Amino acid sequence: MSQLLQYLADGLLIGVVYGIAAMGLTLIFGVMSVINLAHGPIIALGMFGVYLCFTVLGLNPFIALILVAALGLLLGLIIYIVAVHRVLNAPHLSSLLATFSVNMIIIGIGTTIWSTSFRNVDYSLGTLQAAGISLPATRVAAALIALLVTGVLYWFLYRTRPGKNIRAVANNRTAAELMGIPSTRVLALSFGIGTMLAAIAGGLIGTILPFTILSGGVYELKSFVIVVLGGLGNPLGALVGGLILGLIEGVIPAFTSVGWVPVFEFVLFVLLLLLRPQGLFGAKK
Amino acid sequence: MKTLRSPGLWLPLLLVAAFAVYPLITGSASTRESMFTVLMSVALASSLNILLGYTGYVSFGHIVFFGLGGYVGFYLIDEQGWHLFPAALLGGVAAGLLALLLGLSILRLRGAYFALATIGINEAMKAFAKQFALFGGPNGMELNFAIYRGYGGANAALWLVFWSLAVLALVVIFVSFKVKKSKFGLGLMAIREDEDAAEVMGVVAPRAKTWAYVLSAIFPGMIGVLFFFKNGVIEPESAFRLHLSIELLVMVMLGGQGTVLGPALGGAAYQSLRRTLLTSPMFRDIQLVVAGVLLLLIVLFIPSGAVGWLRSRWAALRRVLE
Amino acid sequence: MSRKSLFLLAVFLIAALALAACGGAATPAPAAEPTAASSAPAVTKTVTIGFTASQTGKYNVESSRQINGLNLWMADVNNAGGIKLSDGTVVTFASKFYDDESNGDRVQELYTRLANDDGADFLISPYSSGLTSSASVIAEQNGKVMITTGAASASNYQQGYTLVYQAYTPDSKYLTGAADLLVAEAPNIKRIAIVHENDKFSTGVAEALKTHAEALGFEIVLFEGYDSGTTDFAPFINKIQAANPEAILGGGHFQDGSTFARQLSEKGVATPYVGLLVAPPEPSFAELGDAAVGIFGPSQWEPLAAFTAESAQSAGLAWKGITGAEFTQRYQAAHSEEPSYHAAGGYVAGLILQDAIERAGTLDSAAVQAALDATDMLTFFGHIKFDTSAENHGLQIGHEMVYVQWQRDSAGNLMKQVVWPPEGRTAPFITR
Repeated sequence: MSQLLQYLADGLLIGVVYGIAAMGLTLIFGVMSVINLAHGPIIALGMFGVYLCFTVLGLNPFIALILVAALGLLLGLIIYIVAVHRVLNAPHLSSLLATFSVNMIIIGIGTTIWSTSFRNVDYSLGTLQAAGISLPATRVAAALIALLVTGVLYWFLYRTRPGKNIRAVANNRTAAELMGIPSTRVLALSFGIGTMLAAIAGGLIGTILPFTILSGGVYELKSFVIVVLGGLGNPLGALVGGLILGLIEGVIPAFTSVGWVPVFEFVLFVLLLLLRPQGLFGAKK
Repeated sequence: MKTLRSPGLWLPLLLVAAFAVYPLITGSASTRESMFTVLMSVALASSLNILLGYTGYVSFGHIVFFGLGGYVGFYLIDEQGWHLFPAALLGGVAAGLLALLLGLSILRLRGAYFALATIGINEAMKAFAKQFALFGGPNGMELNFAIYRGYGGANAALWLVFWSLAVLALVVIFVSFKVKKSKFGLGLMAIREDEDAAEVMGVVAPRAKTWAYVLSAIFPGMIGVLFFFKNGVIEPESAFRLHLSIELLVMVMLGGQGTVLGPALGGAAYQSLRRTLLTSPMFRDIQLVVAGVLLLLIVLFIPSGAVGWLRSRWAALRRVLE
Repeated sequence: MSRKSLFLLAVFLIAALALAACGGAATPAPAAEPTAASSAPAVTKTVTIGFTASQTGKYNVESSRQINGLNLWMADVNNAGGIKLSDGTVVTFASKFYDDESNGDRVQELYTRLANDDGADFLISPYSSGLTSSASVIAEQNGKVMITTGAASASNYQQGYTLVYQAYTPDSKYLTGAADLLVAEAPNIKRIAIVHENDKFSTGVAEALKTHAEALGFEIVLFEGYDSGTTDFAPFINKIQAANPEAILGGGHFQDGSTFARQLSEKGVATPYVGLLVAPPEPSFAELGDAAVGIFGPSQWEPLAAFTAESAQSAGLAWKGITGAEFTQRYQAAHSEEPSYHAAGGYVAGLILQDAIERAGTLDSAAVQAALDATDMLTFFGHIKFDTSAENHGLQIGHEMVYVQWQRDSAGNLMKQVVWPPEGRTAPFITR
């Protein structure tokens, strides 16, 4: 029993962090129907951000996240202005390739600077023991921060003027423009927040697991699955989707070989797309 | 024979033939390898274009057909002792069958949903291949070197593979042209412009889309067999490499989607650019950056690709470039 | 535009494209093979050794050590004046290499280029069995002799190759000795968990271990593979704890192995015996600190190994090259760190080639191949001899493994000790 609890706990802890990454992806898609293929490299940049703050500046990795988040927001604004704005109304292929070119540029620069060797933030808070299960404290802290970030995002989207603007533009851009909402500024902001979330997720993952500049790709793929689980364009769905994915990854190994987990994940992903493209909760059309 | 006189057909055919003949002139194995990569890109991009360019469906995980075909063919050659040609044919059939199956289901999805689903299918196949003991699981399969002897030695085998690929590339171009000029092709392009309107006009969209998907899958399946036969090793990671899939999109985009010449041109241009960057000491480290910036500029400013741009710039070229 | 000018334009376009496409590779002309005709004294020739190095990517640590070792050999042989062939030509060595980024897709392209454009006379393998199997095909296709090092997978030698020779002890023997070690040192334990990387080498190791351990009466309570590049071992560690083994054996390469060891410690896993592949013999494994204590693993070679000209004589073998102490001292002087077995493997790969060329007296591939088939010598690395049967041609059958364990000495410093076989032991075997 405590064994199953251990599988559950591990899955949930990492799942929340996945959720944050996916939230960024789904927010951008919800607002402007763009699948951001630069998501993975931005996650990787978040990892390197924390790594550099930790090794060069000697900052606590969780404090460094604030800096990483701010830089992530800025980077998102730049990417939006340079690469995304022009292709917003073009066919899907254009925005996919535009963001993919950003992906190539970031990976290219990152590889030149840091090579593709593994890095490790050597930071530990010890191990928490409770109810017969043991959890590395850094993972618990990362999950708590992820929850906090989700909370702040919700407060922002539902309680503040810019947040409400974002939701209005996501709902109907033309109508929002008619109501006098500056849609370009709102779109840029949403893209910035989306990349900021990716950078934060990367920073959290980088604190608990080793990584390379290419590591973001794995989490980008996971984000796709999560986003579809929770419904494209639905940020709260992404958190739940992240938890579900974490559970799948945590619990399936209890019953079969770990190698089957991705088969299961991606088959589920395709089935969901076919049967419930609005996501498990069908929150939004 | 009238079609053969159309410059829209013989121009790309001549282009492919030039790539194929080039290694014959130099006689060097290294040129042959470079041209193999170019021809492979040309053929793969042109196949993808049947779905992407004519039908307007963005298949992000198109490489799944290359991988599946490669695996099936490799298995038949290595474990069952088949000759390369029937194995390649069956690799194509396997890829076509998968496309048929998928076509009946995921082609219902549109836009981004379809693109995401194709990624999911590629990843699911990769994960499955890692677990599938018959195909060697995570380690894949290795070709026993003695098999090359049946083809008159490794060198002869490599040339045979090269010529097979060249012929296949020519066939792909021919098929691509024929599709574009047929009623079937017109139906596809109607779907691309407006699927609902096309159905109203009497195009049976689900059937047309599925056949376009199957057609665009068969060739990558066969090419996969040739490629991995040459490689001598097949592994899940190299067979189902999503990155290659995205590179194919870039090639189609570069040359011009929905044209016959475009993907061939794009494939060749992309590979030669990549090689030049990789071998130049100055750009070696930043080759990805340069390629990324170029792609971004094309997407932002010339979204119809080189051929599309030429066609719209000079009306006279429209009769020549397809 | 008239029809004619259109045609001209088309021809021009195609020609331009063909040129552009081929521009990058239009430099053939491989270096001329030396001919036996020249009998003039003191003709010198430079032999090019081609290989790829994983300067970036997951094999970065092991590969750079291997290349350091190889370069040290090259410096040694060149400083000694090179090799004199039977026709009097004096041969020195130069290397030509590319970064393979630890990526198999690049390896074939690069080895093709090395064999054709760069005129490499002989090839050395990349690091790791996976990359080496890609490179072996190219070596064989192009008729080049290749010495493999850092590549233990035995399956590579069952592919019908005739020009590929293995310096390392094959994978099947990596952890079988660990089972023997447990039988001798911890006779009470019965339950073993095997968790290995899903690549050619580690799978080969794990399967051979499983067969051997079961024959010894162990119970395999868990047998799991993880993907190359895995960074989160939580699911595996949970399965290990559920299976409650007394020993954990497995791992893969340096990166995943050290992450696995770190997370075992973070999760507070108390299993008394943990043996991992590849990572423990690397000196940088000590960076794990407490998480490294008690971890043991197989090593192809250790600085403490004491093969000498005398031991060669008593074993009736030819002795070749420097001693282990000389190698360690020279490597330390050049890189200010202790050499790992990957470094020794790089050196010995060059030494094997040198020995074969000297005995062949020529650079001709077929003659060198015949000399390699006849190799039977003792080096600082150990005994070197190749299988010459058609089924396993090139497989290493002379060399044996040792086992090391990280322990704290009386001053509390982390030290790597040899714990198996008993005749080479520098410290008793301990629990974690």
